Amino acid sequence: MVPLSHYLLLSGLLFSIGTAGVFLRRNLITVLLSIEIMLNAVNLTFVAVGRAQGTVDGQIITFFVMTVAAAEAAVGLAIVIALFRHRETLSPDAFTSLKW
Amino acid sequence: MLLLIPLLPFAGFVVNAFLGRRLPKSVSGGIACLVMIGAFLVSVVSAWPLLGHGGHPIEQVVFDWLSSGALRVPFALRLDQLSSLMILVVTGIGSLIHIYSVGYMHEETDSEYARYFSYLNLFASFMLVLVLGASFPVMFVGWEGVGLCSYLLIGFYYAKQSAADAGKKAFVVNRIGDFGFILGMLLIFVTFETLDFQGVAAAAALRAPETLGMGVMTIATLLLFVGATGKSAQLPLHVWLPDAMEGPTPVSALIHAATMVTAGVYMIGRNAVLFSHAPMTLEIVAGIGVATALMAGTIGLVQNDIKRVLAYSTVSQLGYMFLAMGVGAYAAGIFHLYTHAFFKALLFLGSGAVIHALAGEQDLRNMGGLKKYLPVTYWTFLIGALAIAGVPFLSGFFSKDEILFKTFVGTEHSHGSKLLWVIGAMTSLLTAIYMFRLVFLTFHGERRAAAVSSHDAHGGHGHGAPHDAPPSMAIPLVVLAIGSVVAGFVGVPHALGGHNLIEGFLEPSFEVHRTAEAAGAPTAEAVSEARAVPLTGQGEAGEATHAAPADVATERMLMAVSTGIAVAGIGVAMFFWLRRPAAAAALERQFSGVHRLLQNKYYLDEIYNAVIVQPIKQLSTGALWKSMDVGLIDGTVNGVGAGVQGFSTSLRRLQTGSVRTYAASLFLGAALILGWYLWS
Repeated sequence: MVPLSHYLLLSGLLFSIGTAGVFLRRNLITVLLSIEIMLNAVNLTFVAVGRAQGTVDGQIITFFVMTVAAAEAAVGLAIVIALFRHRETLSPDAFTSLKW
Repeated sequence: MLLLIPLLPFAGFVVNAFLGRRLPKSVSGGIACLVMIGAFLVSVVSAWPLLGHGGHPIEQVVFDWLSSGALRVPFALRLDQLSSLMILVVTGIGSLIHIYSVGYMHEETDSEYARYFSYLNLFASFMLVLVLGASFPVMFVGWEGVGLCSYLLIGFYYAKQSAADAGKKAFVVNRIGDFGFILGMLLIFVTFETLDFQGVAAAAALRAPETLGMGVMTIATLLLFVGATGKSAQLPLHVWLPDAMEGPTPVSALIHAATMVTAGVYMIGRNAVLFSHAPMTLEIVAGIGVATALMAGTIGLVQNDIKRVLAYSTVSQLGYMFLAMGVGAYAAGIFHLYTHAFFKALLFLGSGAVIHALAGEQDLRNMGGLKKYLPVTYWTFLIGALAIAGVPFLSGFFSKDEILFKTFVGTEHSHGSKLLWVIGAMTSLLTAIYMFRLVFLTFHGERRAAAVSSHDAHGGHGHGAPHDAPPSMAIPLVVLAIGSVVAGFVGVPHALGGHNLIEGFLEPSFEVHRTAEAAGAPTAEAVSEARAVPLTGQGEAGEATHAAPADVATERMLMAVSTGIAVAGIGVAMFFWLRRPAAAAALERQFSGVHRLLQNKYYLDEIYNAVIVQPIKQLSTGALWKSMDVGLIDGTVNGVGAGVQGFSTSLRRLQTGSVRTYAASLFLGAALILGWYLWS
């Protein structure tokens, strides 16, 4: 049986990859994908810890996170499309007009 | 029943104030007159039982007003001899002046007309509260109320700068007096633990008169007297009354001559027992009174505005009343108040008729020769002038001589003073001179018509000659003229075979009342009588109240003297302003310095301006406004604002608009919090 620490290590790795993607990629769609990776890293943690403790709580929360992630992806992609129509670009640095 | 007396005019005020704009003049004026006449009738009915001997005061507690610890002030009205006389004067003369106003104010628009009558009714209502109030706070309600109405009515023509200023001046000067009144009231409460007039009188009677030094009663009465000088236009707070003539003339007649300005005199009469226990205050009251009388009399000699002459005459006559109060001749003072109300109202209304006829002209130099155009006005005015000058057997003669006599021989509260009498008699001479100067300049001689006709032209009525007063104005004049003749006969002195009815009638009001004794201070009478012995023993003073043969001779002699003075005054006036106008002008030139001094009212307004108004203004502008308000308060507020703004300006740079920055800060924050939890 795979020990819990392996799961946590993997999920930490995935979370870091997602975070790096959010910060470093210059494409909004990729940023959204990176966020999905971060979310799934968290899901993995929940499920792994739930199983290690012998409860279903981790899986229940994971379902919630998946629904929220689906909604987030739908809204996020819609915004991305609207932004693209507006500016013809998907770089996050192009959208900085909402400041002081 | 008593409540109805002030409530009726108040109802008139409410109707005219809220519906007046939509009512035609006949209705709003009619309502105002009817409520006043109604109040007069109720007053007569209420006062009737008091006329007989042993009439008991009537009291009505309307509601419990203030109740806090030892302070208990019911809103109570009390009708005794003194207040019954006052309400009859206020409602009686008030009614006549309301009727007169119907004619006088006829050229105003409907809404202005209703506004005028609503103020006038409100004034009457407050004046009646002042007079009927059974305690200091209730009186103070009326006291402030009449001050307010006075302000509103002086500034009735508010579009005129001088009228608006005069209103403010009256209000501010009165506030100074009211401050004294409040302090006096508080001191009385602290000392006697009651504010009811009868309670205070009973408590004061138990104390020894403060013959030596300043006791608490002396201070309290002096403070009250400060209030009286403000309201009754005595030195040094008299300056507002002449300016108050900016108001409509009937207002001058009602408020600034017949009723409100006598409130100070009334207040002292109301607290006669208290004042009698403070001889030092009485001396000051008499001194201020006689000084004011003389000062105002001299100024009255040279003024050229018909209403200002009458205003200074009022100030002077009020000085007489205070002189009477100061020598302890309370009944004589109130008697003069009562006769003065008749002839001064008459004189003001007469001057109003002249002004009305000349379409607003008030300058004596532009009048003259009006006798044949305004016969009713002339004859009634002449009667008023004779009465105020003290010509025998008119009302002013009896009341003025009573005061001068009491000043000369003294009362149980004062020694006779020859000096005060001489000044009083001189004032009486001045009174006769300036009143007849007014009569001769206005009605006799040639009409100095140039200015008049120009006024007529822009008056727009196209009347070639001035016309006499319409009936609504003429009837009050005639009634008041009759009053000025006969009003004095209630006070024919013993020396002339009369019984001085009014003095006997009023006497109970100046003593500790029987019911008050029964209620809480059974020894009051005994104490006051025991004290009366040494007082009366001090000299001829005590015998003054009883007509000893020597006094009868003295009184007759004094009467003869003052009759001579009145006739001499009229003669002097006749010489200078009727026979030899050139002599008056020559005299003016010869004493041009004195003339200028009098013309400018002893420069008192200028002195007050330089000594009080300007320093306060500079203090306010320099210290309070420019440094305190702008520097400290505005500085603090603006400084806080500027500081927050500066901080915000640097802080808002954090909002870059870049999603990455936000994400970075989010991550960083989460990492920090997490780190803190993990490693602490």
